[in-house]
Amino acid sequence: MGSEKRFHPAIMTLAWPVAALALLVVFNLAFTPGFFGIELRDGRFFGTPIDVLNHAAKVAIVAIGMTLVIATGGVDLSVGAVVAISGAVAAMFVTRSQASFPLVILAALAAGGVAGLCNGFLVARLRLQPIVATLVLMVAGRGVAQLITDGLIITFEHRALSSLANTAFAFIPIPAWIALALATAVGLFTRRTAAGMFVEAVGDNDRACRYAGVNDRAIKLGVYAFCGVCAGLAGLVECSYIKAADANNAGLFLELDAILAVVIGGTSLSGGRFSLTGSLVGAILIQTLTKTMYMHDVSADVAPLPKAIAVLAVCTLQSPVVKDRIAGMFSRGSA
Amino acid sequence: MLSDLLTRRTVLAAFCMAGLSLAACEKKAEDTPADPKAGATNKPAPSDKPAGTLRVGFSQIGAESDWRRANTESIKGEAEKRGIELVFADAQQKQENQIKAIRSFIQQKVDVIAFSPVVETGWEPVLKEVKESGIPVILTDRAVDVSDQSLFVTFIGADFVEEGRRAANWVVKSTGGKAMVAELQGTPGSAPAIDRKKGFEEVIKAHPDIKIIKSQSGEFTRAKGKEVMETFLKSSEGSQINVLYAHNDDMALGAIQAIEEAGKKPGVDITIVSIDGVRAAFEAMVAGKLNCTVECNPLLGPQLFDAVEALSAKKSIEKRIVTKEGVFEQAQAAEAIKTRQY
Repeated sequence: MGSEKRFHPAIMTLAWPVAALALLVVFNLAFTPGFFGIELRDGRFFGTPIDVLNHAAKVAIVAIGMTLVIATGGVDLSVGAVVAISGAVAAMFVTRSQASFPLVILAALAAGGVAGLCNGFLVARLRLQPIVATLVLMVAGRGVAQLITDGLIITFEHRALSSLANTAFAFIPIPAWIALALATAVGLFTRRTAAGMFVEAVGDNDRACRYAGVNDRAIKLGVYAFCGVCAGLAGLVECSYIKAADANNAGLFLELDAILAVVIGGTSLSGGRFSLTGSLVGAILIQTLTKTMYMHDVSADVAPLPKAIAVLAVCTLQSPVVKDRIAGMFSRGSA
Repeated sequence: MLSDLLTRRTVLAAFCMAGLSLAACEKKAEDTPADPKAGATNKPAPSDKPAGTLRVGFSQIGAESDWRRANTESIKGEAEKRGIELVFADAQQKQENQIKAIRSFIQQKVDVIAFSPVVETGWEPVLKEVKESGIPVILTDRAVDVSDQSLFVTFIGADFVEEGRRAANWVVKSTGGKAMVAELQGTPGSAPAIDRKKGFEEVIKAHPDIKIIKSQSGEFTRAKGKEVMETFLKSSEGSQINVLYAHNDDMALGAIQAIEEAGKKPGVDITIVSIDGVRAAFEAMVAGKLNCTVECNPLLGPQLFDAVEALSAKKSIEKRIVTKEGVFEQAQAAEAIKTRQY
């Protein structure tokens, strides 16, 4: 671990995604006219950076839950389907019942939580491989969502629910606030208590953990359930954004973006140490990249390519081998 | 070691044999009850039982959209109305499921096999099997890419290129041949996205004052349609856009929200034309937010069973049957919405 000699490890992990984001921002400053144009309109900022925040928030919310799951050495492939379920539940509640808004939110989050508990049960109790366990819900979940909406796109005119993703508080879109609040809460909970250490310990070596008296099963159950709730929250944001629940397309491939955000952020897929800030930066980086493609009229056929290259570059720079090389170069230079 | 391996193999082989003979039994059980063609000559009344009725095997792609559901319901409903026995199989968007379904249709000796192929390629082997069995094949909604055109008798479906042309013609007519167009494309590589783009560009080529200044995929969904339109409006050419052409209604419905949030009036500041003609699009037209939708008719049940009956009566049918489709504008929306089934 050559890097630890000079920098705090958390800073080293964050360095590359932040550098990549900075590079992208500089590129857009130079080559994308109008990318940074922000104006005040109807009590909210209006402009591309705000859109980036708004869209990145959805990925970030899911990525926060995903970070904890990945830190325990697992993965949750079902988040996209859970987004669809939660959106479907919310849309059905506001169109078919007179339920109050907090109840609607509670129902959608509970749906996510139940889905997460199912995953947690399969992984923690039945000891299924996380990929297999969550694949079940990834495939079946969309069917559940379709069942709830009867296969239709449910459009709603509910002021509170549709303002969730389409209005601003203190000029910044509400989803961005939600993501920030969630990240802060989870960050405080994991870093100010022993919870974060337990999660990392389970990810490093669950058996050793159990022998040390940590209930690894409860922790795994907990993180999957929490990840489900996060997906439920993202589902609310997604359906609010288009004012409709689209069971077929809501959250499609979101699990991939979320995992990508986590990995770019420096959390290793093998479990252990995690970085919530890294995941947030990862989510913003992915969305900035997507937006840059749109702004530059990159045809949809080839758009995934630059995205893949950027991701590959960040991941390569984070590999232990490359990291040690670079750290070695620095220490040799200073010696 | 060797003996161990041998016994294991024998056991395995025994299992396989048992499985095979079981399968054979099942096959026989399926075969015996009906050779429907035998009784097909004396035509019974539609209300009569299955003995001499036509049997059609239909493999549907799945239930991925409202459009597809309407398509399925039209086919099921029409079969029931005409007293044709429909063996329906949902492929859940997987080609291997469709191939399995088609093979089981051959086993069941249906009179006609119809299907909407999930993808264009890879159909030759199974269609050859069908041809050897002598059962005619009808393609619905989507075409297949095969070198031997005799593998199917007809293709019933919308002409996506024509839909693109109709959308373009409407734009030419309503703008007087002067427009700055933003285009929301469908899923990259899909037939409707390719053809609807092609048809549109074909027509506007003759009108130099109609320019597509922005074009990007919205993947046929509302969320992407909204997100991409948001970006279009904020780009440096954003303020010039006065026409939006969306490859399906859902993307247009998403884009309408983006236009409203940018402080413009959809349908007034930006004229919007999209394709499909789903119910929500008519509602948007009634609200004045969408200007025109080019119909892509999923209700092809009647045309499908017309073809089936023509085949059973040994009449010749066209190789390409285009579904009946219209173009709807705001003025007709309030009236048309009443009869909309999907």
